[in-house]
Amino acid sequence: MIHRECGILKTSYEADMALYPLPIARWTVAALAVVFFLVIPLSLHEYFLSVANLVWIAVIGAIGLNILVGYTGQVSIGHGAFMSVGAYTAANLANRLGAPWPVTLLAGGLMAALIGAIVGIPSLRIKGLYLAIATLAGQLIIEWTINHVTFISGGVQASIEVARPRLGSYVLSSQRDMYYFLLFFVVVAIVGTLNLMRTRVGRAFIAIRDQDIAAEIIGINIFRYKLLAFAISSFYAGVTGVLYTYFLGIANYEQFQIGVSIDYLAMIIIGGLGSVLGSIFGAIFVTLLPIVIRYAMEAFGGVFFEPQTVLNLIPNLRLMLFGALIIFFLIVEPEGLNRLWRNIRSYFRVWPFAY
Amino acid sequence: MRRQLTILTALLLVAGSVLAAVSALAQSKGEIVIGLQCDRTGATQIVGTVLCPGFHDYIALVNSKGGVDGHPIRAIEIDHEYKVPPGVESYERHKKEGAVTIAVYGTPHIYALAAKLTEDRIPGTSPGFGSAAAADGQRYPYIFPIAATYWSQGAAAVDFVKKQMNGSLKGKKIAYLFYDNPAGREPIEVLEDLAALENFQLKTFAVPPPGVEMGAQVLDIAQRFKADFVIAHLFGGAPSVSIKELKRVGYPLRKVVSFVWGAAEANIDGAGGFGVAEGYYAMQFAGVGKDYPVLNEIREMYKKQGKPAPKEMDSTVFYNRGVLIGALHVEAIRNAVKAKPDGKITGEDAKKGFEKINNFTLGGLVPPLKITSTDHEGGGLVQIWQVKGGKFEKVTDWYAAYQNVVAKHIKEAGKK
Repeated sequence: MIHRECGILKTSYEADMALYPLPIARWTVAALAVVFFLVIPLSLHEYFLSVANLVWIAVIGAIGLNILVGYTGQVSIGHGAFMSVGAYTAANLANRLGAPWPVTLLAGGLMAALIGAIVGIPSLRIKGLYLAIATLAGQLIIEWTINHVTFISGGVQASIEVARPRLGSYVLSSQRDMYYFLLFFVVVAIVGTLNLMRTRVGRAFIAIRDQDIAAEIIGINIFRYKLLAFAISSFYAGVTGVLYTYFLGIANYEQFQIGVSIDYLAMIIIGGLGSVLGSIFGAIFVTLLPIVIRYAMEAFGGVFFEPQTVLNLIPNLRLMLFGALIIFFLIVEPEGLNRLWRNIRSYFRVWPFAY
Repeated sequence: MRRQLTILTALLLVAGSVLAAVSALAQSKGEIVIGLQCDRTGATQIVGTVLCPGFHDYIALVNSKGGVDGHPIRAIEIDHEYKVPPGVESYERHKKEGAVTIAVYGTPHIYALAAKLTEDRIPGTSPGFGSAAAADGQRYPYIFPIAATYWSQGAAAVDFVKKQMNGSLKGKKIAYLFYDNPAGREPIEVLEDLAALENFQLKTFAVPPPGVEMGAQVLDIAQRFKADFVIAHLFGGAPSVSIKELKRVGYPLRKVVSFVWGAAEANIDGAGGFGVAEGYYAMQFAGVGKDYPVLNEIREMYKKQGKPAPKEMDSTVFYNRGVLIGALHVEAIRNAVKAKPDGKITGEDAKKGFEKINNFTLGGLVPPLKITSTDHEGGGLVQIWQVKGGKFEKVTDWYAAYQNVVAKHIKEAGKK
């Protein structure tokens, strides 16, 4: 966050590892909480909340993928498929057994964790691009299985309708309800991941990423921790899939195809590998940028072109601008938006006395 | 930094409220809004780049004639690249702009929006794609296929093959070549029922996505299974590949009938042109060709503005489908305005408007649909056209077949 830290000296390891490095950080977090829990949902139109909801879903998924790719250094192109595992587990439980959302959410996450750990087994022998291809195979196998096994997919249409989640007798149906529902899990995901990375497990992940042989030598069980990373990351993915299912009211396998896995990888690379804030930035960037570009095009496109041309131009130019901006940001700061943000912060930390 | 953030937030808020105010202002003039989802850049861009201009041209034509009872129509197009999250976003945007009907585009999108459309009481259309079970207007009150679903297309294809085989399918072999996704597999259950009913042998040949490799399947159809007829149900670039491959193994294309998404000029061109595809049968849910009064009016409208007719009009299959979708939406709104002359119609009124569409043919471009509160498909009518002498020629008039079989499946799906 944006604070001056002069005068604050850390004298113990506990202080260095604290969740709030500075006392004032509590106030910043409280202010952010007020903005996100009160100001935004109560002041914005439902449409903007629906966009925010899409961002929240992406944030949870991106944080989960970042645990695996950014913190543990294991590439995965199967994130979309793990989401579908969660989604279909939840949809089946909700429809066949009438399970409420806390149960389906947990079950969807756990099932995805299990499948994720199985898909992660090749990571014990192969690394880097080879592992990427192995997880790609996992993506395709899961897609095929859901597509063809009607016991899972609930029929040839491979889509299962799910009732809206309930809190007691209250049905969460409007975008505002979903906003709070999703935001709750975003907070849990952020706090959970920040804390996870302060524990022995988190440090083991980072050690494996930095140098797995060294990690093994200092006593980290590579086998266990690599699979654990896959399981935790897939758990997040599974939960994302369940939330997405409740958000849309339907589980449909075409919502979790390989393009989704690539999109999530793009989010964490643009946002910054190995950082929670980076995942959030990346998810916001990838979800919002196309929408912002379209608004800009709609506002200014008519100045230069005819209406019919603008309509044809918007989607194409949007793709081009989107690609160009990704390249621009990655050239400006290859380590992602998170690093960019940190650079801005450290500039202002000593401002106006830069030297 | 914080100050800059504050300024930025304030600016965004101002921009948002100005946009909201502008749209509120527009509505007070009696404007009626239609939402249009499009795919001009994604997986099915060969459809979107032609279909959407057709839609807009029809709306422009209506507006040039003074709109619907004096209410101008505004069609808001949003491109979603055939991805679901942007599709959801575009739906919410349409809702915010006050759209009374939404032309949804894409099978996963109509699934993803089914619950929302019903909750918000906005009718959404899924012409020629989406769930066939949505024809049941009681179960899905706000989803309107408004064209032959895949079940009806399957039934119509079998009926057509039967006529080609001189009225009997007994002991014949029919190959079903399909894209291996839910939409591709959807008609199989109907085809299997018909195989039992008509005593023909049905064999299915799945083409895995992305559908560019089907040499083995086609060879199997032509040389091992020795099919008497092929029913093809492919998407995107796959129909072109199927034509090329069937031609390569020497299978006669006059024994192939394709569902509606393998039936356009673009598919034929992709296979190497009309000369290559001679004999190929294609199913249509909108009229093909340039010779319809409504298309003449659109050309006339462009001429008056001193502009040449758009080049998209040459790709008549998709363009005419765009005109059909636009026309049915406008017709629904026209019916709704008739019932509520002040023009302040809601999604519910538009839904009733759709359910009053009866025998609205637009000079032959639109099939004589009869949409009711129970049948949102409107009869499942199709035409078969054949590639002959460098263009599509009409083989059959509008027809539907085995409606009792299709109805049985719709009923079963409704029980689930």
